[in-house]
Amino acid sequence: MLQAIQQKMDPTAGLPDVKAASEAKSLLTVDKVTLRYKTPNLLITATEDVSFSVERSDRFVLLGPSGCGKSTLLKAVGGYMAPVSGSIHINGRPVKKPGADRMMVFQEFDQLLPWKTVLENVMFPLVVARKLPRREAEARAKEYIDKVKLTRATDSYPHTLSGGMKQRVAIARGMAMQPDILLMDEPFAALDALTRRQMQDELLQLWEDTRFTVIFVTHSIAEAIKISNRILLLSPHPGRVKAEVIDVDRPCQDDGSAVALERDIHNLLFSESGHRE
Amino acid sequence: MPGPQIILAADVTTNRQHANVAEVEQRLGSLELILGISAVRKTVLIIVLAIIWQVYASYLDNPLLFPTLSDTLTTLYDRFVDGTLPSRIWTTLQVLITGYVAGTLLAAILTILAINTRIGTDFLETMTAMFNPLPAISLLPLALIWFGLGASSLVFVLIHSVLWAVALNTHAGFLGVSRTLRMVGGNYGLTGLSYVTRILVPAAFPSILTGLKIGWAFAWRTLIAAELVFGVSSGQGGLGWFIFENRNLLDIPAVFAGLLTVIIIGLIVENLVFQTIERHTIQKWGMKE
Repeated sequence: MLQAIQQKMDPTAGLPDVKAASEAKSLLTVDKVTLRYKTPNLLITATEDVSFSVERSDRFVLLGPSGCGKSTLLKAVGGYMAPVSGSIHINGRPVKKPGADRMMVFQEFDQLLPWKTVLENVMFPLVVARKLPRREAEARAKEYIDKVKLTRATDSYPHTLSGGMKQRVAIARGMAMQPDILLMDEPFAALDALTRRQMQDELLQLWEDTRFTVIFVTHSIAEAIKISNRILLLSPHPGRVKAEVIDVDRPCQDDGSAVALERDIHNLLFSESGHRE
Repeated sequence: MPGPQIILAADVTTNRQHANVAEVEQRLGSLELILGISAVRKTVLIIVLAIIWQVYASYLDNPLLFPTLSDTLTTLYDRFVDGTLPSRIWTTLQVLITGYVAGTLLAAILTILAINTRIGTDFLETMTAMFNPLPAISLLPLALIWFGLGASSLVFVLIHSVLWAVALNTHAGFLGVSRTLRMVGGNYGLTGLSYVTRILVPAAFPSILTGLKIGWAFAWRTLIAAELVFGVSSGQGGLGWFIFENRNLLDIPAVFAGLLTVIIIGLIVENLVFQTIERHTIQKWGMKE
């Protein structure tokens, strides 16, 4: 199991030539990024010197305890805040501001525009950001609404939907744009446990269909293991890369391995602070 | 030792139809449905008040102080038929709509500037803090010197009464738009005016509508009061002047008829115009608390 975990603290980990080759054509590269933000009386360093790269069709999970800056990191990739140092490139272009090539799915249920129906919500970015003609946008929106199994709710307003349905709409909206990368900021965190499991299964099913690229932020180790093929482990205060877990989806056949991996990750995340629950 | 077992419910295994499924949704009784409509309840309330008015005025029997409802309604009808009231209403509404629309447009410009620039925010906040507490009617003497006797003085005062209320509420509404929705707007690449019109305005619509309602009420009151104070220009008085004129003639039923007209127009705008807008927007969107 531990072969799959490359300890980043060990400088010799990872073959350098392979790494360089993959970085050259990586979809997203985050290079030595330090992020700071201000609260009314504090300057907080959210992440320090974080580097990683995401390949096409990756299901890349940022995992760490609260305070490790994973959401801030995702916002930086989304273009909502600029790094103090380091750089973020997508498809070779530097990330400067938010854009529809990186669609966000938020945790909050109020991310849908309440004055638009489900169909209009999915269509809206297609029309304003992709400049698709209405008919084409409608056809594509309907296709993705079908994919997330909301055909019956197409003409409903968001306030009539349950939390899980709202998150499905948000996912459909993000996927319909066919962005370079889908950024999901703890999208299932506010859902009840049963709906959450169902949504995870559906997300994997959608990935099987379209092989989109996604960065997924979560603080649940089990969710990370279930969803990802690669996990970046971050340590808190400030957020630093602790390790990267690769080929997470590989050992799925064997039942015991997921449990073992979960325990390994848990131990790794909490080894320094000393509390092993 | 046996592990966990799942025992299915009896009707799942037999897969039988549920016989009593019709009882899941039942229509409410018709009395309950009728009483559920607020318009019906309010109409009943108004009828009760009207009866009290009629009975009390008949008992008082002093038409000079307090005419009966029937006298008032007769006068109202007469003045409508002879064309006095419609022309007075028209005069008032013309001035009112001019002032209201101008005030709202100015408020829109100010708030758009305020949301996009810091100097705009400071300007709006300072001006609102200064002028919002100032009753519009107190500017009338000054307006009369600047613009003379006529509609333009009234429009000036109206703009003042509408502008700050609408701007204040709109700005507060813009600031109250959730961070998530703003980020969604940014995600779509919306900036500047298209960001304001496509994200902020609909998201802040409950506050904007409140502002428009308050602005309307302020404008309506200010206008009637202003007409009472300086009355008529070029023989074309409005409703306020109608009330003032008839008081001077001691035609008290006509004064009451004038007041009733003011109330009725207010009710029509509140209940038809604003509630219709509300039903088709924030109520439909589930944004009304």
